[in-house]
Amino acid sequence: MKTFSGQKQISVRKQEPLFRNIRKRYQLWLMLLPAILSIAVFNYGPMYGIQLAFREFDFTKGLTGGEFVGLKYFLKFFRSFQFTDMIRNTFTISFATLILGFPVPVILALMMNQIRRTKVKKTLQTVFYAPHFISMVVMVGLLNVLLAPNTGIVSSMLGLFGININLLGDRNAFVPVYVLSDIWQHAGWNSIIYLAALSSVDTQLYDAARVDGAGRWQTICHVDIPCLTPTMIIMLILSMGNILSVGFEKIFLMQNSTNLTVAEVISTYVYKIGIRSNQYSYSAAIGLFNTVVNFVMLITVNRISKKVSDTGLF
Amino acid sequence: MNEKGWRQKSVGDRTFDIALRILLAIFVIIVVYPLYFVVLASVSDPLLVSKGQVLLWPKEMSLFGFQKVFEDTRIWIGLRNTVIYTVLGTIINMAATLPAAYALSRKDMRGRKTVMMFFVFTMFFNGGLVPTYLLMQKLHLVNTIWVFILPFAVNVYNLIIARTFFENSIPTELYESAALDGCSDFKFFVSMVMPLSKAVVSVIMLYYMVAHWNDFFTGLIYIRDQKLNPLQLVLREILIANNVFAAGGTGGSLSSYDQMYADTVKYAIIIISSLPMLIIYPFIQKYFEKGVMIGAIKG
Repeated sequence: MKTFSGQKQISVRKQEPLFRNIRKRYQLWLMLLPAILSIAVFNYGPMYGIQLAFREFDFTKGLTGGEFVGLKYFLKFFRSFQFTDMIRNTFTISFATLILGFPVPVILALMMNQIRRTKVKKTLQTVFYAPHFISMVVMVGLLNVLLAPNTGIVSSMLGLFGININLLGDRNAFVPVYVLSDIWQHAGWNSIIYLAALSSVDTQLYDAARVDGAGRWQTICHVDIPCLTPTMIIMLILSMGNILSVGFEKIFLMQNSTNLTVAEVISTYVYKIGIRSNQYSYSAAIGLFNTVVNFVMLITVNRISKKVSDTGLF
Repeated sequence: MNEKGWRQKSVGDRTFDIALRILLAIFVIIVVYPLYFVVLASVSDPLLVSKGQVLLWPKEMSLFGFQKVFEDTRIWIGLRNTVIYTVLGTIINMAATLPAAYALSRKDMRGRKTVMMFFVFTMFFNGGLVPTYLLMQKLHLVNTIWVFILPFAVNVYNLIIARTFFENSIPTELYESAALDGCSDFKFFVSMVMPLSKAVVSVIMLYYMVAHWNDFFTGLIYIRDQKLNPLQLVLREILIANNVFAAGGTGGSLSSYDQMYADTVKYAIIIISSLPMLIIYPFIQKYFEKGVMIGAIKG
């Protein structure tokens, strides 16, 4: 993600005026048109509706007709009794996923990179990528049958060790089940980006390491990991930018009456308030709060990272 | 790197090798076993499955689960709808994404950086759920099949992957010499760029297809009419709300005996609904790393 914004190459040729360039390259602009239209309508269009967060919603007057109420709905959210719980739940789930989920793909990629026989490597990749292609509904359905008390295989296995816990009903089990199943599903897929980075490591570095008498373990520590660091930082920044948007689908599908106190997060609340109970302005305000926090987070982490390590998105 | 003989390896490297193999084997078991168990459970006797006696191979084979799935009209409707949404949606996605990505890869096009910024900004900032919902309502897309097909035709992440691929693998000279022969931008894209870009085209097509196939959110938010239900909504009904037997309408609580049979049906449904995507991706896997993902990092 560095080049399109960080790039500062100056072309030597003198550029022709924009207008003449557009006329000459009109076919390229035609090729761009559908994409520009789609993004303008469906991605920028809703941004116009953000003002709803500062207005009363009036069904008769439409989006922009309602009375301006300033920060009313933001304050309502901050003062609501669910606020602290929801923020805490969202952060807990996000950070647990980030901290526990981040190292696994890296380790997996480092291990796969050690396999010399391409056929074995390909097969392993096919295996590790497979869970990524399962839909969220199926994933949660799978958890429901495998973890069910009494009948589920995981519960019976834990029972053998004398652990009797209702993995679906117990509030304390929600976050571990969410995070571990998330790692199970996506760690393999997320390792692709690291594998790709490893495949582009200069082989001279390996030769040099061998000449210096480094074993395979030392080569990993002193060649592979340093080469992965920039990629890791980029991935970390990207996930920090999503810290408040934990996946709606999975949490929503995993929610039940017993775990709601730990499982209600901002995105599910936005859905319930907005779509189910039609409190449009309130929901829009919470949604905007969420987006802004994410955005600020992304910018901040990016700036810190640029100072510390000289790697950043923009 | 050439393989050294086992004897030549140092003790450290040998220990490393053994540890690596054991660890990989454990990872494979963790990933494969749950999936394998689903297959086992779907074809075995429900009673034995629920008692935890089916662990390594099927026992008392029966196809009860699959039979029930094929008799359920909800699943057929969902499947048909999802196939339609996936095919049409992916066509629109590809038609909007690929030409745009190519145009943005051309260094002689002015203003491309500005357009790119216009696209990338949407990755980090959006209007949110309610404003988007109200927009769809205004465009009369709510509760129609078009809500699955038209909106969000361009995924910016995919666009970046394609653009980086074109930048790196279509040499500028190729276009310049074609242009000398009077080849237009449009013709060049169709007759030269596309045939040279099978890797990126198939990967992006796969991404879009999987996204449509597994899409649950769109149906949840915008669809009221059961006849338009995509597969994933039907699956939620069965797998999560536990309304397994169409006619019964019991929902939620079944007797433990019925629940055993319900679970068998669930295992069968999990297999049938996931199989299409699981079959397709290994064919495209070889392109995942090569150039395509690397494009995503550098991009």
